Amino acid sequence: MRYAETGYNLEIDLATGNIERVETDPKLMETHLGGLGTSVKIHWDRVPPEVKAFDPENLLIFSSGLLIGTPAFSANRTIVTFISPQTGLLAYPMMGGFWSAELKYAGYDKVIFRNKSPEWVYIWINNDKVEIRDASHLVGKGALETQELIRNELNQPNAQVAAIGPAGENKVFVASIEQSRSSSSRGGGGAVMGDKKIKAVAVRGTKDIYLAHGDEFMEQMKEMTKYIKFRNENPLPGIMTILSGIGSPAEMKHTDEKWHTESFAWGNARRRRKDFWTKEIEESWKKTQLESTKRLISCFNCPTQCGGLITHEDVPSYMMKCFSKLTYLMGAEVDDLDFGYKIAKRAFEYGVDSFSTPQILAFAVELYEAGILTDKDFAGTDKYEACPSDKRGRFFWLLDRLAHREGIGDILADGVYWAARKIGKGAEAYDHNTIKKHEQMNIKLGMMDPLYYLMYSTNEKISITQMEGNWPQAAFPNKEDREAFVKDWPQLPDEHFKQYFLDWEPRGEKANPYYPTADMCSEIVDWMEMLHNIDDACCVCAGMSSFCLKPPWHIHNYPKIISAATGLDLDEAGLKKIVNRSRNLHRAFNIRRGMSRADEKPPEDHWKKRFPELEENLLSTYYKYKGWNMDGIPTKEKLHELDLDYVAEDLEKRGLYKNGQD
Amino acid sequence: MAKIKKKIKTIKVDADKCNGCRTCEVVCSAFHSSPKWSVINPARSRIQIIRHPLKNIWLPVFAGEYAPAECMGRDKYIIDGKEYDECAFCRASCPSRDLFKEPDSGLPLKCDMCEDDPPREKPLCVEWCLNDVLIYEEREEEVEEGVEMEDVEAGLTSMVDKYGLEKVAETITRMSQKE
Ligand code: SF4
Ligand code: SF4
Ligand code: SF4
Repeated sequence: MRYAETGYNLEIDLATGNIERVETDPKLMETHLGGLGTSVKIHWDRVPPEVKAFDPENLLIFSSGLLIGTPAFSANRTIVTFISPQTGLLAYPMMGGFWSAELKYAGYDKVIFRNKSPEWVYIWINNDKVEIRDASHLVGKGALETQELIRNELNQPNAQVAAIGPAGENKVFVASIEQSRSSSSRGGGGAVMGDKKIKAVAVRGTKDIYLAHGDEFMEQMKEMTKYIKFRNENPLPGIMTILSGIGSPAEMKHTDEKWHTESFAWGNARRRRKDFWTKEIEESWKKTQLESTKRLISCFNCPTQCGGLITHEDVPSYMMKCFSKLTYLMGAEVDDLDFGYKIAKRAFEYGVDSFSTPQILAFAVELYEAGILTDKDFAGTDKYEACPSDKRGRFFWLLDRLAHREGIGDILADGVYWAARKIGKGAEAYDHNTIKKHEQMNIKLGMMDPLYYLMYSTNEKISITQMEGNWPQAAFPNKEDREAFVKDWPQLPDEHFKQYFLDWEPRGEKANPYYPTADMCSEIVDWMEMLHNIDDACCVCAGMSSFCLKPPWHIHNYPKIISAATGLDLDEAGLKKIVNRSRNLHRAFNIRRGMSRADEKPPEDHWKKRFPELEENLLSTYYKYKGWNMDGIPTKEKLHELDLDYVAEDLEKRGLYKNGQD
Repeated sequence: MAKIKKKIKTIKVDADKCNGCRTCEVVCSAFHSSPKWSVINPARSRIQIIRHPLKNIWLPVFAGEYAPAECMGRDKYIIDGKEYDECAFCRASCPSRDLFKEPDSGLPLKCDMCEDDPPREKPLCVEWCLNDVLIYEEREEEVEEGVEMEDVEAGLTSMVDKYGLEKVAETITRMSQKE
């Protein structure tokens, strides 16, 4: 009997149409848990470093996680893994919604795709019945539209569908996979799906998931419920509204956007507008939002509700996710929330990443204003009009071109980094907000922040929101507030962290960039990353865990809950070791693909005040803390400690240990 | 017929507040597994959320009586401009649809208000819906004594409908001999 997991993966060879239900090795749960952990292991074993994103051998894995399908609150992520066309590294964007629970109830932990289909297809998984079906009639359809069409044609209102839109079909490097109220966006999973000619994956399941110790499990959940209720009634004092509660930032509920609109940078991550949030704006935005939001909605088995059902003027209903509400609007420098709602719907139908895409469009606008792109690039053809000159029109036009790879859109579709190099003529200088070729959040600040420095530089996700969260973003000015904050902080991995927080000041000696010290930063960042890695193996939403201050999920209850679900006898040290193993395997996988220390740095203008020496020291200290050598490669000793000698051997064989370092 | 006092248990459904999380389905199925909490499968839940997100429809419906035959006349509601599925509000476990049936055996499911020993203060779905969609109320009423179809009988009736009385009787005899 397998507990918590189903013990089966679905292997689909798209070239031959062969479908297999494959039993997995029960030992893998002990070594990698599940979710991202076990997916990384599969990529390591089966995808050699020569394989490129659009090679048939690039595996595309849709994974549920260890706790999916159990009553564990907010366990609902689907993690999609593949070699990214944009970065060449292993990407693992995740989506919420309902898909992975359905997969688990259908009897599978993962769906693994290899090779390419000769024709457009969609996959229909209904318990033991799995079909590859013709999708030629769905080509060109929107990613949201496709979900409904498939549900209707199967006559399965409860089927969950993950689909790509035209952007995925056209292998746009920032193409997303859309599903229900969520999407798997970062890194171009939609493009890999499109390359394999999979339009959608639909799933419906009505089978059982077993808990090893159900009673204990439910006791833990009861405790968590108490805490959730407590937190709902007691938002954290002294923290901006959006981060004071639990769950992903409740962007659909809160109308106060002063913080985002004034702290984040507009346009191509250029300008902060510190006096944007006027009374007038506040009223008009509030009106638009309250009129458009028909209901707040959640993902599978989550007690919070950070999504919204939007019906805005003549735009057909759609479900809005999180920050997309603002990204296009800020990129286009349009002050009206109405624009945000209108363009988001079109972007979701195309199926594109709401973080990267607006920045690519804003980058194009900047190049045009600088004369690097010209009217020729913005001209019309017999298929489409020339680019309008107003801000809104321009963004819509550019989005249309990008999604269809038409004209200049064909170049922009590869993302800012690659587009800048193709365009040349100085365009490279406008690529000022990417890390490892991937567009970052639109933030530009003053003083270098050592914690963020490490997070931006070192995480395999290459996306800051997937790493930060448990430690407050800034020091509290008041000592009393700090004391109050640390008093009730059971989520901390260890008591001594409290002192770091108590001593941390917004200004002066004990402030950024020198405090927290490099050693302290290493501990804090490692803790936050560890929690993200546990979430990603269990597929618990970071909004209820690692991306949340004082969250319901933490290192002290996780081992108990996982043990009750699986029957494993895990303690904190044991759990840490498992996710550390997967984390190091992931890093080794990327190292094997050419990632190096030189890639590990935030954009040059991310902060105005930089400290090159201190920054190098931060990175070295962190590497050492993690058991990596000065090239950022896990040492043989570290790998041995994590039972990964086979990885050390491989790295050695490939000559990756250089300059006498091992 | 004699009058008796009976506890009437009601769950008030504030459907406008439902955010579609399906926690109620998860918990109901877990509670009714044996041993309790060992098996999770929303398809076995006695509450089902009828969902049409883009139409703004999230409708929690509880499993009611077993119906051996489907209705000839069907209802279809439009409320506040939203058109609900045919039979959306009906609680019957009925041959016309998959709702409220054990997925493997097809046996009918029925909400038993989480009967338990000792009795619970609140049904499980009510307790676990943290959005106050499901509100539990109890009251006493005098009613005429009547015969209620118990779970076993409902199950047997559905088997009889499916396989015929003779077959079911034969099977039961054979099973009792084996015991
Ligand atoms: S917190 Fe929000 S994103 Fe996370 S699971 Fe809950 S509803 Fe989904
Ligand atoms: S638990 Fe409550 S909010 Fe969630 S689906 Fe059930 S009734 Fe709706
Ligand atoms: S009252 Fe109990 S049996 Fe009825 S639907 Fe709710 S959880 Fe299930």
